[in-house]
Amino acid sequence: MFRRLFGGEERSEQEIKQEEKKIEQSVQKTKSGFFGRITAMFRSEDPITDELWDELEELLIAGDVGAENALKIVERVRERCEKKGLKFASEARSLLKSELVNRLDVDTPQYSERSTKPYVILVVGVNGVGKTTLIAKLSNRYKAMGKNVILAAADTFRAAAIDQLQHWADRVGVPVISQQPGADPGAVAYDATQATYNQQADVLIIDTAGRLQSKHNLMKELEKISNVVKKRWQYAPHEVLLVLDATTGQNGLIQARAFTQAAQVTHLALTKLDGTAKGGIAFAIVQEIERPIKYIGTGETINDLALFDGESFVNALFEEE
Amino acid sequence: MFENLSDRLTDVFNRLGSKGRLTESDVDAGLREVRLALLEADVNFKVVKDFVARVREQAIGEEVTKSLTPGQQVIKIVHDELVHLLGDANVPINESKNREQPTIVMLVGLQGAGKTTMAAKLALYMRKKGKTPLLVAADIYRPAAIKQLETLGKQLNIPVFSEGTDVSPPDIAEHALRQARINGNNFVIVDTAGRLQIDERLMGELQQVVERIGPTEIMLVVDAMIGQESVKVAEAFHAKVPLTGLIMTKIDGDARGGAALSMREVTGVPIKFLGTGEKTDAIEPFHPDRLAQRILGMGDVMTLIERAEQVYDKDEAKKMQKKMRKGTFDFEDFLGAMNSMRKLGPLQQILGMIPGIGKQLRQMKDLDEALDDREMKRIEAIIQSMTIKERRNPDLLKDPSRKRRISAGSGTRIEDVNALVKQFREMQRMMKRFGKGGQNPRDLMRMFK
Ligand SMILES: Nc1nc2c(ncn2[C@@H]2O[C@H](COP(=O)(O)OP(=O)(O)OP(=O)(O)O)[C@@H](O)[C@H]2O)c(=O)[nH]1
Ligand SMILES: Nc1nc2c(ncn2[C@@H]2O[C@H](COP(=O)(O)OP(=O)(O)OP(=O)(O)O)[C@@H](O)[C@H]2O)c(=O)[nH]1
Ligand SMILES: [Mg+2]
Ligand SMILES: [Mg+2]
Repeated sequence: MFRRLFGGEERSEQEIKQEEKKIEQSVQKTKSGFFGRITAMFRSEDPITDELWDELEELLIAGDVGAENALKIVERVRERCEKKGLKFASEARSLLKSELVNRLDVDTPQYSERSTKPYVILVVGVNGVGKTTLIAKLSNRYKAMGKNVILAAADTFRAAAIDQLQHWADRVGVPVISQQPGADPGAVAYDATQATYNQQADVLIIDTAGRLQSKHNLMKELEKISNVVKKRWQYAPHEVLLVLDATTGQNGLIQARAFTQAAQVTHLALTKLDGTAKGGIAFAIVQEIERPIKYIGTGETINDLALFDGESFVNALFEEE
Repeated sequence: MFENLSDRLTDVFNRLGSKGRLTESDVDAGLREVRLALLEADVNFKVVKDFVARVREQAIGEEVTKSLTPGQQVIKIVHDELVHLLGDANVPINESKNREQPTIVMLVGLQGAGKTTMAAKLALYMRKKGKTPLLVAADIYRPAAIKQLETLGKQLNIPVFSEGTDVSPPDIAEHALRQARINGNNFVIVDTAGRLQIDERLMGELQQVVERIGPTEIMLVVDAMIGQESVKVAEAFHAKVPLTGLIMTKIDGDARGGAALSMREVTGVPIKFLGTGEKTDAIEPFHPDRLAQRILGMGDVMTLIERAEQVYDKDEAKKMQKKMRKGTFDFEDFLGAMNSMRKLGPLQQILGMIPGIGKQLRQMKDLDEALDDREMKRIEAIIQSMTIKERRNPDLLKDPSRKRRISAGSGTRIEDVNALVKQFREMQRMMKRFGKGGQNPRDLMRMFK
């Protein structure tokens, strides 16, 4: 097991002991850190104090949950604790966790990606969040499920965006429908729709250019792309995936609102969760637009993709790296 | 940009100001709002805490002078502290002192922050200043990263040095430097791959590049939308490679960019540039005082003047500046400015810099809806429905029958005309004040009455 953990070469008994000691030390360090203290406070059988609630609120703010939202959540848990007559910090902790997990749990009607053919996915979001990389990961996933995937390079604006998608597609082994840089994204979507139809592909994934939600004209363009596929298949796009960077702060909520309005977002994907950011803005977003988080991105290779799990997400919020 | 935060602060202190004496509870009520506003603007919570504590201390200790209302006095303290936190003065880009040695700028940061785009922007910006830039493609990891830089270089006709993806970044950087010396490029910009600050291997690689080429500037590029993590990111990069500057990108959106405050505070490194759009000319030098004024709703007259200089020919620019200073800038000039600036790019940017105008436009429409051509056309329509005399002398517009005529002629509501005229007058006053040199903070504060 140690060999797996520490990268292959044989290690002496002493080296292993040293490694273990190092790990322990770093764990110790974490425990004495700011967040560690809060975690410890919860774990122990300490009583619930005012200070505890304050620090808890701060923990949520530090995780980008948002000041007002954090206050609301803490107030609610506090009330419930009092109503239930809970006394220990550890009890408060699990109550808070379940409250947070509940907040991420929304149930919305969705098309089955197994039985819908073709299943059309439109990927949207602000600049640089990880849309194109996510599409690489998704095509890999669908391909592994035995599906025929077609990609549409509808980001015709950013320098080398088409090359980037093509590169990933070659690596995964799926075709890309593209035109020249600067071409009309709607026209690319149209070509891809035709190709998907002609080749009877199972999944069509459309990459779009990053756009800031405050740019009205660019947001309108998404509507156009969406309408192109709708013309062919009434219910397409079946999945409109809004990609959010986990490091995003309070602007994330504004993003989610605007993209939902312009492009009827059906699911969220949170990328870059391999960093230290917790993505706490997701609580406010899921609550407001009532759409679930479907995927998380945890790295830059095609395998760094996971289905979202509320419980681990919430646990990570309580951890210091 | 920061307009929402400024609205909020203005609102808080307007309420405060109307109450008369500055009591401890007044200050606390105001500062609670300041705290929330700053947190909502993504300023790091620890930085907010310190900031609020400092302001509180000063505000409560301060004697209330006759010339300021208590609210104005708190604004002044918040404003001064913000300026201070942002770095007091603009810090220009460092340049190599040795004539033989090119200036070397290295851009570092998290994935997708905008490094590659900024590399191209900087190259163009420095070329306009008479430098001969060389772009260096040292991101060998991200698919098509080299192609991206090459495409931008080709668009701008600026050379790009690349050696594919098989040579290590420290080697590429060193080879590029050699090439720059041979070809006489005196401004070298190294684009590096995005990396997490906790990625030991890639952070180590960054250190190697630094050791190998000894950059004049190492700038951390950060996305304006970043939240509370900005502090950890800035601290970690600064600990590994000695940062000399910060750059905030995507400030053209509606993110409030409070991270600029946080990162400046924890690293002590100045913010040097802002990225204001996807195009290669969307770059602006950063001015702490202007940003603080902007936070407080003062708009950004100085940037406007500077930009105007770039669009107009010199004479015309001088004329316009003079007009702004003397406060004789009229609707005709405004219309002319709108037309010329349209050549420069997004109107949002330009109007956002004019005190009051950005805010007024937002009030006219849905808050979330950005400025688009329709609004611009509306302003144009209003101005075009004025007679030349009215444009030259906005005072004439006090006459309600004139306003009714303009509103009918432009197909807008009378309130729209009123609002535009009112804000225009405020802008004129502001410009005059700025023009008088040495901004008197007391005057600035009067804006909030
Ligand atoms: N660490 C980490 N990096 C990621 C992840 N997803 C994407 N990235 C990186 O983030 C950067 C931007 O990714 P892209 O996929 O190009 O983002 P995009 O949204 O398509 O960008 P635009 O098309 O320019 O708007 C690249 O350097 C990716 O390698 C992730 O889950 N973790
Ligand atoms: N609106 C806006 N978009 C920007 C700005 N700067 C960069 N972008 C966009 O942000 C996205 C990412 O920019 P890049 O320059 O590729 O970012 P990077 O830091 O080089 O990314 P990696 O190399 O993958 O780490 C692209 O879509 C750019 O067009 C800006 O100031 N405003
Ligand atoms: Mg992309
Ligand atoms: Mg790059």
